[in-house]
Amino acid sequence: MPALATEPTPVPSTRRLRVVVAKPGLDGHDRGAKIIARALRDAGMEVIYTGLHQTPEQIVETVLQEDADAVGLSILSGAHMTLVPKIVELLKEQEADDVVVTVGGTIPADDIPLLLELGVAGVFTPGAPTQDIIDFIRGAVAHEG
Amino acid sequence: MPSYPSASSTEQTPLDGWADAYAAVPERDVPFTTLSAEPIRPLYTEADRSEPDGDYDPIGVPGQYPFTRGVYPSMYRGRLWTMRQFAGFGGAAETNERFRYLLAHGQTGLSTAFDMPSLMGHDSDHKLSLGEVGREGTAVDSVKDMETLFQGIDLGEVSVSMTINAPAAIMLAYYVVAAERQGVQPEHLNGTIQADILKEYIAQKEWCFPIDPAMRLLGDMIEWSSKTMPRWNSVSISGYHIREAGATAAQELAFTLKDGLTYVEQAIDRGLDVDDFAPRLSFFFNAQIDFFEEIAKYRAARRIWARELKETYGAKNPKSWLMRFHTQTAGVSLTAQQPLNNITRTAIEALAGVLGGTQSMHTNSYDEALALPTEDAVRIALRTQQIIAHETGVTNTIDPLGGSYFVEALTDRMEEQARDYFRRIDELGGMVAAVKENYPQREIADASFELQQEIDAKRRIVVGVNAFTEGDDGNTPILKIDPKLEQEQVDRVQAVRAERDAATVEQAIAELQRAAATTENLMPHLVTCARAHATEGELIHALQAVWGDYTETPVF
Repeated sequence: MPALATEPTPVPSTRRLRVVVAKPGLDGHDRGAKIIARALRDAGMEVIYTGLHQTPEQIVETVLQEDADAVGLSILSGAHMTLVPKIVELLKEQEADDVVVTVGGTIPADDIPLLLELGVAGVFTPGAPTQDIIDFIRGAVAHEG
Repeated sequence: MPSYPSASSTEQTPLDGWADAYAAVPERDVPFTTLSAEPIRPLYTEADRSEPDGDYDPIGVPGQYPFTRGVYPSMYRGRLWTMRQFAGFGGAAETNERFRYLLAHGQTGLSTAFDMPSLMGHDSDHKLSLGEVGREGTAVDSVKDMETLFQGIDLGEVSVSMTINAPAAIMLAYYVVAAERQGVQPEHLNGTIQADILKEYIAQKEWCFPIDPAMRLLGDMIEWSSKTMPRWNSVSISGYHIREAGATAAQELAFTLKDGLTYVEQAIDRGLDVDDFAPRLSFFFNAQIDFFEEIAKYRAARRIWARELKETYGAKNPKSWLMRFHTQTAGVSLTAQQPLNNITRTAIEALAGVLGGTQSMHTNSYDEALALPTEDAVRIALRTQQIIAHETGVTNTIDPLGGSYFVEALTDRMEEQARDYFRRIDELGGMVAAVKENYPQREIADASFELQQEIDAKRRIVVGVNAFTEGDDGNTPILKIDPKLEQEQVDRVQAVRAERDAATVEQAIAELQRAAATTENLMPHLVTCARAHATEGELIHALQAVWGDYTETPVF
């Protein structure tokens, strides 16, 4: 819910981080996404998990509706170089490019710098500890805010 | 008679002269548990063995009920397992080339991986297919692609496995028509289609329809192929994906077998005689890295299946009692870090599959945590199986671990855990009801999260990931899929639509929709649609118009 104009501005540090965990594309590998969603929730964040098979448009709509601080995209289908640029572009169009975008999944090393250049804040490949991801999102959102 | 501890007892059995000596030495400070968090005792002895109960001997002999020691009397002394590497990428022509490469290198069966759009029932030019065409498997949009896939490969000779589920009936229709065009009749086709729809809702998550019509479509396919394709395995009941999604070994075992028993019940309800279809059911299990746990899982699986089919479902043909299974090493056990270590992991997992008595196997390639495998990586994976088969000597005798105190106790424990799950699922009203309530999904999510916590806390070591991390050069060559393949496939499906006779397709699809609203078997209609060059997406959408689609309520 957006804050009403008459309300005092909430102190940013007390607001719980809102994170959308999203599964763009068609692959059904949701193990990682669900582990991350649960770990972020256990770390005190508000987590909205989109479920599977989301289009870039659906994900961006969720990010806007939920007024999210960050969105974590989980992709294991090899379609990241098609789907991530689309999502980043749509966020820009909606003037929501302050939302921290992270990507996780089977992302070949060569593609990581390309994703970072697009504006992705961090890329997490298999084996990344959940605490690193939690810390990264906290840090990146604080930096944006 | 002395009383024996149950297999699940975590109490160490007393053993004169050993227990005190053992207690005098401090244990290492690690959890002595399996990968599935099952506690393991320091020593297993004769006291842990389950005894025969009247005529029933839980261990028995190979090739005889309850088949704990293997489904055939001769096992690998008679015939080695089928080495069947799963392959598929790009368009059908690229995969056809990989198939021929594998056959030329000594592979003995083919296994087809389909891309995500094909698995989800979307044509390659659908908007959701963008960026996914030919990425994780091969794109098949119509019978034309199926023909290309097996061009120059005699479908009357080679055994073919197809890993597809929600649209399985459509792919089978394409396959039958592709074979027909090679001059091969359905009764000569030898192979397997996965078609295990329940595990899609549980774990793999590639669905097209709500659960009930999806179950009906599967039933149509089992019934039709049991009459038309006597050499065809109509469903491959799969634990692989359940395990990959994070299940424990016992969950993989229990949910897979319960899925299988549910298909058996459905077919019996449709009026089929259990002995007419049960011999054509096959299974597909994961081979994870916890060596003995996996071996115990396969042995327990055979025993439970035999007992259920014989005792509960009244099957009389011993072939109905046999659980034949395919094994694939665990994709989730592969690490992106120091990927060459994955060759070792895969070898150990494959050895578990062999010592567990598998009928066919796929070994993963070391680079699969990074991308689809390169040809070199695939060849090493195949060579791994060949080394096990021809160098290690493990095939010289049948079930070499049979009678091991530990393996038998673990096998008993697996059976006990599976039966506990069966009871819980029955209390929920059976597997379909349990899946609708997200029960297995929640159990798996919990197990997967707990394992991740163990790894994060370094209570469980993964070499190269949370320990021994030096020496990762990050220079593994990976397979790149040429993005132009997607456009070529889009052009192909559009050409198929432009070239076919539109009226014939329309009529065939209208007939399919009419039948879908009745209880008529849909397979003959799908074969007619395939002959008319209807595309997969058209057929799925036509059926969705009658049945609706599926949206998950995710649990995590």
